[in-house]
Parts: sequence; structure tokens; C-alpha cells
Amino acid sequence: MTDEITPELFAKLVNLAAFAFDPKEAEYLRTELNKQLKAIRQLESVALDAEVPLASRGVTYAPESRPPLRADAWTPCENPDEILAQAPQVVDRYIIVPNIPHTELE
Amino acid sequence: MSIIDSPAYEIAHKVKHGELSAVAVLEAALERVAAVDGRPGTLDGGLLTDEDQAKVHAFITLTADRARVQAEQVDARVRAGEDVGPLAGVPVTFKDLYCLRGVRTTAASRILSNFTAPYSATTVERVEAAGAVTLGKVNLDEFAYGSSSESSAFQPTTRNPWDPARVPGGSSGGSAAAVASGQGCLSLGTDTGGSIRQPAAFCGVVGLKPTYGRVSRYGIIAFGSSLDCPGPLARDVRDAALMLSVIAGPDPCDSTAATVPVPNYLEEIDRGVKGMRIGLSPDFLRIAFPDPHTGEIIMEDLADEICDVTLRAADKLAAAGAEIIENIPMPNSAYGIPVYFVISRVEASSNLHRFDGVKYGYRSQGDFGDLNEMYRQTRAEGFGLEPKLRILMGMYVSAAQYSEHYYQRALNVRSMIRADFAAAFDPQGDYRLDALLTPTAPTPPFKMGDIYGDSLLMQYADQLTVSANHAGVPALTFPGGLSQEGLPIGLQLIGPDFAESTLFRAGYAFEQATADETWRAVKPRVLTEAGL
Repeated sequence: MTDEITPELFAKLVNLAAFAFDPKEAEYLRTELNKQLKAIRQLESVALDAEVPLASRGVTYAPESRPPLRADAWTPCENPDEILAQAPQVVDRYIIVPNIPHTELE
Repeated sequence: MSIIDSPAYEIAHKVKHGELSAVAVLEAALERVAAVDGRPGTLDGGLLTDEDQAKVHAFITLTADRARVQAEQVDARVRAGEDVGPLAGVPVTFKDLYCLRGVRTTAASRILSNFTAPYSATTVERVEAAGAVTLGKVNLDEFAYGSSSESSAFQPTTRNPWDPARVPGGSSGGSAAAVASGQGCLSLGTDTGGSIRQPAAFCGVVGLKPTYGRVSRYGIIAFGSSLDCPGPLARDVRDAALMLSVIAGPDPCDSTAATVPVPNYLEEIDRGVKGMRIGLSPDFLRIAFPDPHTGEIIMEDLADEICDVTLRAADKLAAAGAEIIENIPMPNSAYGIPVYFVISRVEASSNLHRFDGVKYGYRSQGDFGDLNEMYRQTRAEGFGLEPKLRILMGMYVSAAQYSEHYYQRALNVRSMIRADFAAAFDPQGDYRLDALLTPTAPTPPFKMGDIYGDSLLMQYADQLTVSANHAGVPALTFPGGLSQEGLPIGLQLIGPDFAESTLFRAGYAFEQATADETWRAVKPRVLTEAGL
């Protein structure tokens, strides 16, 4: 159990999150994260009964309040060009990205 | 008094009956925007001038041309004898998290600064179909992450109409400030930990966080998907009820929008509080907050002026026929913020991974060696510090090796918070409450810059509101009085699942009981200084 986000752990998180920071930003963020962790540790003082369930949301849905599943049907998009127009780079209606890292198989 | 200061239900009634044109209402709204708002928020907004510091800056995008077309259509339909809808000709604004087809939708972030929504949110469609006129999109904390609206990438950020040196609250600060200053009659905001109620309280207006599932979330940029609740901000309780009646109900596009019948809120609103059981809890008259030096959690009573306004409201409701039940135990609400630090961050980080510069939004300009380099640079430039902080925390506490200790524990404690409310509202229980009366925020609006940058202290501004989000229950905030400095103090009524109607009844009863009090006649400073 790590009680503090160290510079090494912070660097790992930054890499996983696909971010890049200058040293000043990094130190500010790491300090704030550790302050927040201190507050989160308040939860350690809560006596948890083994029967306390996990709540993925507050309101529980009864069968009569749960919406029925939609039909599994394909609905054509009415404005695909409007959606494509949002992409930063499009050629011949293909979205273009830089080279995707890959390994050549021998 | 300008027509734009009238309640929405009065405007709609007059427009529907041909006594007032929607175009005239819109022109009054645009005149108000020109008088009090100043320049809209933009990326790289530059230095603040003295004039900037005296204005509200609620808007990111003013949709005046679209609004004129809509207003003319409303008037034409009225002339043709058609039923235009319950919001006929009412100018409304939307927090800039709501997708509005053909209009820029930014989430107040650089990463979506160039995004034009290709579809509208269900709520937006319902509001416009009800005859409302869309005045524009208003500012917020970036991706709704904050309690002061200062983290927006669109500067100048919104200021409080009661004192422009103070924050409007957040994250729906633009919505609250717009409604308070007459820039539209109604606004839609979102509430994940208090983001409708706290800014409504800070700006002296009414705000409702509906029950989770009461209102569709489809087409609203997500923050915490198990917590987010879209809801109205209005200048009185009846207007909030009117707006909820338009937006509530199931939606095939949102599988969490409950199929619970929507009552006629307006028909029930003036039934009074006789026989209603309203609770007061000592756990909502004190706060826990971290010592700025040691980080240790300190418990402290709320300021006398906040407690006094709350207890005076209880007296008013008692005089109107309610039974006040004291000493309701809500012990687990003290853990609301730590639980929120975990759950909201996990959900936020999950929701923010989609912003990568590929399909839409901002992409960094450069010659990138590979896709990963483009992701890193785009996200580094596109997100502000607050989203980055939330993503990193969400990833940490949900990582496989820490998840049981942090995330699962938070979900357990969330059950305990919910259980406190269930016990208070249980019709067969010890307390049998219809509603719990609390202050909305621990303080009146604070000064800009006083807390911004301290992510811990800022989060504790939501301490009295966040428990309702964890429990999923509805909560209504309404003005309760003014502080010694003349700033709004908001009160909150929290009810059981889908009991919005009860909250409207009690809030309306308090409005009626205090209608003649002198504080109700006091206007926000930006209006009086503009001679309005």
C-alpha cells in the first residue's frame, strides 16, 4: 500500500494518462494529489460492516422504474458529414492520425 | 422594471395569449446582456480591465441570431392560433456542457473549443420544443470541475452579480449569474456534487438537483456518470418547477432515465406544508475541513449568520403548518467529500479518456513521430490543470492494486450515506421526514482568487450538497436571506427519491411566507449600478 504519490509513481501515472508536464506543473499537481489523498484517508476510520453493499449509484431502480432495453436495431446516422467535419484531419472521408506505433512481425 | 425581470411563467402566459411578443422579450434580454455582461469568455482572454471587473461575463456563446429566428417563429405560431408550449417566448441559457446542434459546445475547455455539436441534448430539444428561446451557452468550471467557475479556459470567467469581486460559485456559475442578473429567465445546469445548488445559493436564485434518473443526461458532456444530474436554475420556485416539468421523464437515449411518472408540479405547488414533517440535522450545521497547515480534519460549527437563517426558515415553515423534527442523525454525510474525491475522480478520468485529438476537438499542431506523441501533446495543451488533476487521481485510486482500499471502500461508504437518508425518510421509521432543511453552502460567496488553486479547500465548499448526489435524492436550494455583508445565503431542502413536488411545495411556502420581507427587495449590485 503506497501512502504517498512519489515522483516516480507520479511519472508513471502521467505516462499512462498520456500527459506531459513541465517540472513546476508536475510538482503542483503531485502536491495537490497528496493533499487530496490525506482527505481520502479519513475513510479509513469508517467501521465497515461486512454486509454494507457497494453502491454504484444512489437511487435503486425497481423493475417498474427501469427503462426497457432498446431494440437491437441499426439506425443510420442522419448527418455523418457533420460528424466527420469535427475531425482535426480527414482525407477522402478517412480520419487521419500520425503513425500508429507497431512492431513488424518477422 | 424590464419585462425580462418577470417570472418565466408570467412571460409564457402573456406570450401564449398574444399580450406580449416573444421578439420583445428577446430584445429585453439582449439589452440586459449588453448592459451587464461585458465581453464573453474567450481562450487567452487577456488582461482584465477595470470594466471587466465590474461585469458578469456569464456567456461563452451568445446565440442572438438563432434566438431571433426562434422568437419570430413563436410569435407566428401564436398568431396562427397554435399552442406554443409552456415556455412560450421565455429566454433560456444552457451551461456549455449541453450539446446544441450547430452551436459550439466547449465544456469551457480548450480541448473542445472548436467542437460544434452535431446533435442536441434531449433536455435542450424538450426546452426548445416547449417554445423557449435559446439566448446562448454560459460559462462554467472546465468540464464542471470546480466550485467557483474560475477554472474555465474561457476568460474572463463569470463574476457574482451581487459583488463582481466574488465568485458566482460553480460549476454552473454562468447559469446562476445569468439568471440572477436577468440575462434570460431560466438556465439549465448540471449538479454532480452541488454544481447547481451552490452557485444558485451564491447568486441568490433557486436551483434544483433532481433525483438521479429524473432527467435524461443524453447529450450532456459527462463528468461523474453515477452522480450527474441536469436541472434548472430560476428566480423563483414556480419557475424551477415549470422547467422541471418540461425536461423530466424517460428517454430512450438514456438507460438511466427512470420510467417514473412525472407529476404536475405546478398544480401541486401551492398545497402548502400543513402536516409536512421537516427535519433539522446537527450534522448539517457544522463542517469538517482540512487544516490548511497540517491537513488534519477539523470540525467546526457553521457561522452564526448561516445557522440563524436556517433556523428562521424552520420557524417560518412551522408557522405555515409544518412540523419541525430536530436532531436528525446524518453521521455519514461527514464523509461526503472524501467519498467524492474517489468516486467522482474515477468516473471523470474514465469519461475524459475519449478526448484525444482524433475524432473531434482540439489537436496540437506539430510534426509528431507517432500517435502517442500526438496524444500526449494534445492532452497536455488541451486540458487545464483541474481536469489533469482529476484524471490522475481517478487513475490512481482505481488502479488494480489500490482499488479495494480506495474505490471499493468509497462505494461502501456511499451506501452508508444513502442509508442515513433512507432512515430519515422511511415512512415507518423513527423520523418519517418529508424533507430535511439545511444550509446550502458553508459560507456566502467568497472572493475571486481566495481559494482557487487549493483543490482541497475548494472541494469542501460542496460539503453540504454532495451527500444528496451520493444518495441520488433530490435537493432544492432557494434564497433564505442576506449575510451581514449583503450577500445571498441559500437554504436547501432534501427529499426522498422522486419527491421533487414536496420540495417545490415547501420552497414555495417559504417564498410566500417571506414575500414582504425587506431582503427580498434587494437587487444584485450589477443591476443597481447599471440603473436597472
